Amino acid sequence: MSLLLAVDTSGALVTVAAADGDSLLAEQAVELAARHAEHLAPMIAAVLVEAGRAIDEVSAVAVGVGPGPFTGLRVGVVTARVLGLVLGVPVIGVCSLDALALQVAEWGEGSAGSAAGAGDLAAGREFVVTSDARRREVYWAAYRTGDGEPEPVRGPGVDRPADLASAAARDGLGQKGFGPFFGRGAALYPEVLTAPPEGAPLDVRAGAVARLAGRRVARVGGSERARGQEPVPLYLRRPDAVAPGARKRVS
Amino acid sequence: MSLVLGIETSCDETGVALVRDGRLLIDAVASSVDEHARFGGVVPEVASRAHLEAMVPTIERACAGAGVRLADLDAIAVTSGPGLVGALTVGVAAAKALALGLGVPLFGVNHLAAHVAVDTLDHGPLPEPTMALLVSGGHSSLLLVEDVTSTVTPLGRTIDDAAGEAFDKIARLLGLPFPGGPHIDRAAAEAVAERGEGVRSAIAFPRGLTSGRDLERHRYDVSFSGLKTSVARWVERREDAGERVDVPAVAASFQEAVVDVLTRKAVLACREQGVDTLLIGGGVAANSRLRALALERCADSGIRLRVPRPALCTDNGAMVAALGSLLVAAGRAPSELGLGVDSAMPVTAVRS
Ligand SMILES: Nc1ncnc2c1ncn2[C@@H]1O[C@H](COP(=O)(O)OP(=O)(O)OP(=O)(O)O)[C@@H](O)[C@H]1O
Repeated sequence: MSLLLAVDTSGALVTVAAADGDSLLAEQAVELAARHAEHLAPMIAAVLVEAGRAIDEVSAVAVGVGPGPFTGLRVGVVTARVLGLVLGVPVIGVCSLDALALQVAEWGEGSAGSAAGAGDLAAGREFVVTSDARRREVYWAAYRTGDGEPEPVRGPGVDRPADLASAAARDGLGQKGFGPFFGRGAALYPEVLTAPPEGAPLDVRAGAVARLAGRRVARVGGSERARGQEPVPLYLRRPDAVAPGARKRVS
Repeated sequence: MSLVLGIETSCDETGVALVRDGRLLIDAVASSVDEHARFGGVVPEVASRAHLEAMVPTIERACAGAGVRLADLDAIAVTSGPGLVGALTVGVAAAKALALGLGVPLFGVNHLAAHVAVDTLDHGPLPEPTMALLVSGGHSSLLLVEDVTSTVTPLGRTIDDAAGEAFDKIARLLGLPFPGGPHIDRAAAEAVAERGEGVRSAIAFPRGLTSGRDLERHRYDVSFSGLKTSVARWVERREDAGERVDVPAVAASFQEAVVDVLTRKAVLACREQGVDTLLIGGGVAANSRLRALALERCADSGIRLRVPRPALCTDNGAMVAALGSLLVAAGRAPSELGLGVDSAMPVTAVRS
């Protein structure tokens, strides 16, 4: 028996999941603009109760490392790192957009032929997932569908929606089936990026983080917490900081 | 027997410390101060990123240094306010993960109350009541502490800049590095050693809120912005006249103005409130002249002075663990796992 605990605080949802191998035992998500720090720990406790497991049964922790707004993002990453330390288990970082891309691909498989837009997700097609980066920008990454996990082909990046749209067009990616755009960012700027198809996932869920992390653990094997391999947040932006200018006179 | 781990991340220091039954086992601190120096002040996002990177290594360093396993911990305490939101958030999330993972109680504590509580590690239980003068880069407060685990009443505070902030701004004006407090302290001490005590009154800088109506209306409040402007004007006049600025004399006279006001107000509060113990805490309590003048004035008024050793005056995990330890000993109820951060947490709330 294994128990993977997954968390993601990179976006509009604070989300937690518990999984045993391929089976998702419990998943919760609440929509929050801020205050991730308050809700994450109680949600972890609640998810474990729902899964019928105890915290000391956790055998690995997975965390979405963004990109996402910094303060919320750090809540998930520091929680995962410290839980890994306390429980003595490995911590696996997963790009949150990779997890959202997996959700999109799974949705495409599940609804192929039925939902409008899902046809664009046939194998070998490329698509872009986006999330809200605030400041009128979106975080984005591009993927190619295959069997199973979508393969990252470009990004992650942070750009203005119009710049992302024109870069996609300029690189000719659109003609090869680059797009449509998925995720919260596309939903926020439908006039620039095209609205995501009806019913497609908009936000990353911890269940998808767990699925990706579970496969990666299985691939690498081993459960040693490798030093220097702690999950690192994908900030993509430098801190706002201005060096002080010349002294202002008072007289 | 209780072993408490304390976490402090309200500003630019990542502090993790262990206190067993009121005794400090270890105080591990990682500081990002060097990363802020070129900006002349703390950059919140830079501090938050540094807290995240320092958290696990600092916890490990504290445990290894004290020969303690995480599984031995009985409670976790963490600063939940006041301070920088992003910085506090990292500490609170880490503390919750520890409490959750270990199944032990969590105490979210007030940073200012922790600055008071830290002195118990050096000088034993606090007399009740104690008057506390907290002077740091972010705060200048005079607090009546009836019980540091439950009842703290603010009597006065700065109406503009904090004392440490004033030191830092004047240091910058004088071309001294950040943080400026220690540099001004040193420059002043050298001036006194070379030219005698008179250098402290070489330049007559103003003492804000110490007379007339100001004193009536702001009995226990302090103000440093008038002083700051006055120093800046003095320096500008010398520069405009093409004269050399006598940095040591400015440093000594400026410092004297600050510590004169602080000690006058603190002693006044003790006398008027009938309190016979004064505790000074916060980063500025490391100031050698503040310590000396406070000692002199307290002795004159029959007041006992307590100042923790300098390493415990600046932000650290020990202060948080110390308060956590007192809360456990007093049987106070722990915080919920839904604990949040409060950047403007009032000092009347010792814990959240
Ligand atoms: N010897 C000294 N003389 C005067 N000021 C000093 C001295 N040493 C340090 N300081 C000042 O103390 C301040 C730092 O205090 P502290 O370490 O408590 O950090 P802080 O972030 O300001 O704390 P808080 O979050 O409690 O406001 C700085 O402004 C610094 O210039």
